[in-house]
Amino acid sequence: MTKFTMNRRGLLKTVGAGLTTAVASPLVLTNRAYAQQFCNNPGDNDPIIGFNVPQTGTYAEEGLEQLKGYELAVKHINGEGDGGMINTMQPTALKGNGILGKRLRYVTGDTQTNTDAARDGARRMIERDGAVMVTGCVTTGEAVAQQALCHELGVIYMSGLTHGNDTTGKDKRRYGFRHFFQGYMSGVAIAPLLAEEYGRDRRAYHLTADYNWGWTQEESIMAATEALGWETVRAVRTPLGIGDYSQYLTPVLNSGADVLILNHYGHDMVNSLPQAVQFGMRDRMANGKQFEIIVPMFSELMAVGAGDAVKGIIGTQNWNWQLDDAGSRAFTQSYGAEYGEPPSQSAHTGYVQTLLYADAVERAGTFYPPEVIRALEDFEFDGLGNGPTLYRGSDHQCFKEVLVVRGNEAPTSRFDVLDVVGKTPREDVMYDPAIFGGELGPYEPNMC
Amino acid sequence: MDAILAQLLNGLDKGGAYALIALGLTLVFGTLGVVNFAHGALFMLGCFCAVVFRYLLTIETVTVDPTQLSPWGAPVEVRTPLVQSWLGDWGAFLVDYSVPLSVIFAVPVMLVIGIVMERGLIKHFYKRSHAEQILVTFGLAIVLQEIVRSFFGANPVPQPIPADLRVAADVGVWFGMEAYSVTYPTWRLVYLLFSAGVIGAVFAFMRFTTFGMVVRAGMADRETVGILGIDIDRKFTIVFGLAAVVAGVAGAMYTPLLAPNYHIGMDFLVLSFVVVVVGGMGSLPGAVVAGFLLGVLQSFASMNEVTSIFPGIDQIIIYLVAIIILLVRPRGLMGRSGVMES
Amino acid sequence: MFSLSRKDFTLLAVFSVIVMTMPIWLQPLGAAYPGLMQKFVIYAIFAIGFNILFGLTGYLSFGHAAFLGVGSYTAVWSFKLLSMDMIPALFFAVVFAGIFALFIGFFSLRRSGIYFSILTLAFAQMSYSLAYSVLTPITNGETGLLIARDDPRAIDTMLGVGQSASGMPMPSLIGIELGGYGGFYICALVLIACFFLSQKIFASPFGMALRGIKSNPTRMIYTGFNTKPYMLTAFVISGMFAGLAGGLLAVTDPIAGAERMQWTESGNLVLMTILGGVGTLLGPVIGAWVIKYCENIFSAINTQMLNGFFEFLPDGVQSVAVTVMSKFVGEGWHLTLGLVFVLIVVFLPGGLVEGAEKLRHRFRRRSDTYDLAADAQEKRT
Repeated sequence: MTKFTMNRRGLLKTVGAGLTTAVASPLVLTNRAYAQQFCNNPGDNDPIIGFNVPQTGTYAEEGLEQLKGYELAVKHINGEGDGGMINTMQPTALKGNGILGKRLRYVTGDTQTNTDAARDGARRMIERDGAVMVTGCVTTGEAVAQQALCHELGVIYMSGLTHGNDTTGKDKRRYGFRHFFQGYMSGVAIAPLLAEEYGRDRRAYHLTADYNWGWTQEESIMAATEALGWETVRAVRTPLGIGDYSQYLTPVLNSGADVLILNHYGHDMVNSLPQAVQFGMRDRMANGKQFEIIVPMFSELMAVGAGDAVKGIIGTQNWNWQLDDAGSRAFTQSYGAEYGEPPSQSAHTGYVQTLLYADAVERAGTFYPPEVIRALEDFEFDGLGNGPTLYRGSDHQCFKEVLVVRGNEAPTSRFDVLDVVGKTPREDVMYDPAIFGGELGPYEPNMC
Repeated sequence: MDAILAQLLNGLDKGGAYALIALGLTLVFGTLGVVNFAHGALFMLGCFCAVVFRYLLTIETVTVDPTQLSPWGAPVEVRTPLVQSWLGDWGAFLVDYSVPLSVIFAVPVMLVIGIVMERGLIKHFYKRSHAEQILVTFGLAIVLQEIVRSFFGANPVPQPIPADLRVAADVGVWFGMEAYSVTYPTWRLVYLLFSAGVIGAVFAFMRFTTFGMVVRAGMADRETVGILGIDIDRKFTIVFGLAAVVAGVAGAMYTPLLAPNYHIGMDFLVLSFVVVVVGGMGSLPGAVVAGFLLGVLQSFASMNEVTSIFPGIDQIIIYLVAIIILLVRPRGLMGRSGVMES
Repeated sequence: MFSLSRKDFTLLAVFSVIVMTMPIWLQPLGAAYPGLMQKFVIYAIFAIGFNILFGLTGYLSFGHAAFLGVGSYTAVWSFKLLSMDMIPALFFAVVFAGIFALFIGFFSLRRSGIYFSILTLAFAQMSYSLAYSVLTPITNGETGLLIARDDPRAIDTMLGVGQSASGMPMPSLIGIELGGYGGFYICALVLIACFFLSQKIFASPFGMALRGIKSNPTRMIYTGFNTKPYMLTAFVISGMFAGLAGGLLAVTDPIAGAERMQWTESGNLVLMTILGGVGTLLGPVIGAWVIKYCENIFSAINTQMLNGFFEFLPDGVQSVAVTVMSKFVGEGWHLTLGLVFVLIVVFLPGGLVEGAEKLRHRFRRRSDTYDLAADAQEKRT
């Protein structure tokens, strides 16, 4: 138990004596908030940010990848290592000497892929550890839950891997930012390649995970494919985490469809895709055409988990380490040197989000959240692996090229399971923020 | 018609897996009177027997090729599997058939794991309350999971089907239907036959051997069997080992259908309890019947024709059926009175 | 009505002091921040309620998370439709959870033992599955039910209160906002009231009757005692405690997610109660605290912190110590939890409270020389 006393001491030194008095009496809290002007003002101390990712449960591996990306970003911001994408980012105010001349520190937490645990972790970081920014997630549920909490407490939240439209759609918040792409963009981005590869006369059958993310994804993909001229035979909802999908796969075979679209993510997709292949779907002819399977949203770890079944399957990705721009090369190089393997898109988005936050603080010249938010809004940058990118102010969504990828037919290692086969330009995946509703809310924090 | 046949096959396939998992659990309930929350973990360990077996078969020699460089500047490693270089085609065959062959590996391993678990921990809890049994077996399950995780990580580890069995069989033709009206993965048919075989073997073992007779007598009336001078404790150790083996081989053979991760046991835990209780406590045939019943009903409830009338029925069918059966039949399908009722 | 036995009164007083001074004594343990202390207090209420059913009647419900979830959803809907005040929210949370418990209890209590457990589990899992998918219009599914600035809030609009100029509205008690420490102290008061209530129930004829049913149901029935209404009352009370806890979760943090209804949450509750000691007044509370502590504090320790802690050791030893310790904290915190379960149940039979009691007795006896005979006798039996 003494261990924690030590930890507490170390933390208290950094957070400042203000916290101690605040903890002892609730009355002082309001005074402190007033005196500091905003939540967890680092003042003269080192700033602390919180990395809250799933470290246990189904998505632990994606979360731990993200954590590696975060830790690398902190190193580079503090001027350790080779600097990674700080050297390629344009424009950048980062100098590799920490943030505003202070050394960046971090705390970590385990969200267990559970919204309640994610919020518990975020509150610990904000209330106990004095985090001035919280980041990280692997599902949209976690992202929305943490984003709403951070907005109420007046702490900026940079989301990690979240692909549902809601994060920057109907549940968007002034204090929440997303670098990752989302379902609508996947649909728009994948459509041209689908038309090219499979033609405009196709009949599609959707299997959709039965929760918010699945629905938004299904809606987006359906709209995009129907615009190509494809017909939707049927869209079937499958329970989350069911494992065995055989009872949903057999009806596909004789439905008259010639394309199966799996709106599944993570563990669901790792099971449903190989099972679909086992049912002989890829060896089958339907309506005089080769039967095809599409997985609109991919991640490297999912592809590894799905094994051989992923070969030749088309999907979309936020980023891939095999890209040949300066930023991607720099990042892959320093990540590989650090951990001995190439980075995943989960690590990339975490790394980039941390850099973007640090850069915004540097440009704003303060940690005061409204100023940092204004610095991030409508920020236009390049050199972080995705080409020219815009952080749109009206919904806090990043707009950049979307990659279309295909499962590698002959992977030489577990790291090149996906090949980049196309890039859909940024202009094509832009949309009107009004279509998803929601409101960002005020700049001024509510309370701490 | 073809849709019904396909769903029946799906249901039987699921049912086979459910029944195999439930069989071991109900054995332990009925004989030892222990609520074993680590049973899911035994299934998980079985899955990882297949993973480990394949891993052992594919141990490679690693040589560094300095002429080629990875993107971050380290030399590329060249790997050659040892088995293949030693045994040639025969080695390639071993690697290809790693999953079915892993059953041979899983049986002794799971037997040892089961016996060690029973002797080391479970046997001290026969006389303790069910509450404490839950706590200790749940704790044990977590520890086992974490050990597996520290070796294999949290990502699923896919296991391939042997190349010869990868094609989908045209089942419809066997029933006189048109070609390609019902195609079904060969491996699922293999799994169905396998589960039927294991269930048959367990029943034969319990029916026709003296050991099985004693165990059945012990399930019915433990005290009397003890008084007759039979060392029932020793027998029960083996029963626990047997339960572990059945759960383990069920897991090992299931890996190509469901890529295992360290958490897979927990996903099956609740389901296996439901199957056992619906079947009736202390009844082996009950567990098998309930397994197949729930599997088949789950498949049929997922048909589009059904879900269009009752949206979401496929999500809850198992629990709905469990509730109805337990309300209509107080002790499940074939339960005996007095087992785990207080 | 408010009288307690001397022993119970002392316990209540000590308990109140322990709860209210949490911000002080949790400080050295690294847990003295409002977010976690609120969870400590709320899960203690949850566990106390569960213990009224499980501890007194021996009926092990595996579906109590459903009532927690219903309480949370009801409270958030009350925030959205009626008022940001916590009183209507908690009132409706308790009432709805009670009605839900009445329904589930009515059916489940027709069976006993494991059949009862599986019935409650099945009802709860059905609720979870539906809340996650089909009932999304009511529950908002995966992303959880959140309050929004433009919700109707009929009562607040009528009275012309609320709508702070900026940001989201906060749950309040008669105009006092309940963030951070305010939320904690309110929950702590509710917990003390609940603890008192559970003491009263344990000591009441009703509690006696329940214990009678637990030890020998057949005899109770033969003495002309109708056990059904008693059991159902206990079940509903216990469900209402869970609803209250769910409501408080929403009060301190206005969000309600379907995951609160999943079986793992029910399982956690069972583990909390058993870990602390089934049927003891204090046990479930302590069990809840131990598990929540592991979950929130151990999981947040990373190698960077471990390195800092083991700094005083020589380099080689330090890296070994950090490597070993890192298996038990951070991503490995589950391992610690699992080991805690196994060790406690092996070395402290009956859970933490009962085990500590037994140890104390043994210790005391050993120090009293004249009691050797009794000790020896105990060994013989």
